[in-house]
Amino acid sequence: MKSLEELMALRDAAKAKMTAREDSTAVTRVVVGMATCGIAAGARPVMNRFSEEIEKRNLTNVTVAQTGCIGMCQYEPIVEVTEPGKEKVTYVLMNPEKATKVVVDHLVNGNPVVEYTVGALKK
Amino acid sequence: MRELSLNVLDVAQNSVSANASEIEIEICEDTAAHTLMIGIYDNGKGMTPEQVQSVRDPFFTTRTTRKVGLGVPLFKMAAEMTGGSLEIESTVGVGTNVRAFFHTDHVDFVPLGDMANTVVMLAAMNEHIRFLYRHAIDGREFLFDTAQIKEILGDVPMNDPSIMQWMAGYIKDNIQELTEVQ
Repeated sequence: MKSLEELMALRDAAKAKMTAREDSTAVTRVVVGMATCGIAAGARPVMNRFSEEIEKRNLTNVTVAQTGCIGMCQYEPIVEVTEPGKEKVTYVLMNPEKATKVVVDHLVNGNPVVEYTVGALKK
Repeated sequence: MRELSLNVLDVAQNSVSANASEIEIEICEDTAAHTLMIGIYDNGKGMTPEQVQSVRDPFFTTRTTRKVGLGVPLFKMAAEMTGGSLEIESTVGVGTNVRAFFHTDHVDFVPLGDMANTVVMLAAMNEHIRFLYRHAIDGREFLFDTAQIKEILGDVPMNDPSIMQWMAGYIKDNIQELTEVQ
């Protein structure tokens, strides 16, 4: 059974991470579309996977957030990754496995997974 | 939607859009009577009687109120498929209450699913809103209040992945406990 004491320990650890982050201005934002279309298409497990992988790999300079419908419902789940000073990368038709690959290739190693992006969709 | 918790996640977004500062999600299960009630209550800007009418009808809504689309109609459908119903009470400037009633022994009943995850996602992504989650099974109750969590966390954000995972586990454990003490 999880206890509130555990939460206090996690808070202190998170605080230490936050202080480390303040030194680097570079925060990468991962934004998941979570409107009706996104949720119905499976956005929640995608969001969970990002959150788990970021935690597991201790990526302190990455934040995860949500947004509404951006008008490409047929391509949901959609995830946007914005690195400081770089152009936004939009990933479409995401699932948890693809999310793991995006974390490893893009967030850790800095190489966007081109085949998952909106630009790679067949016209 | 594959589980009702996803409908809750979706419908509660309407409360977020309505600028609520407090949102309560209530789950009430009666295993002997085979009933389930899901309530979503907010203190947001509320709706006029005309708007309440239109929320239930997806085809009437889409043009006028962009914020309310298929969320409520899908939730209503999930309830009605089990022989249940959906009610909306709303007052402009006061807030909105949505209640859906389900018959859990009906063949078309969709499982409740991962409520812990729904609550954590709503809470962590809307740090400025106080979320209350009340889950009752046959008279035993668990209450989760983000005000209590925030008090412990101080300036550490709830959307820190380690905090989100703890909250999900904490809620899951407590719901599990409710089902075990039979």
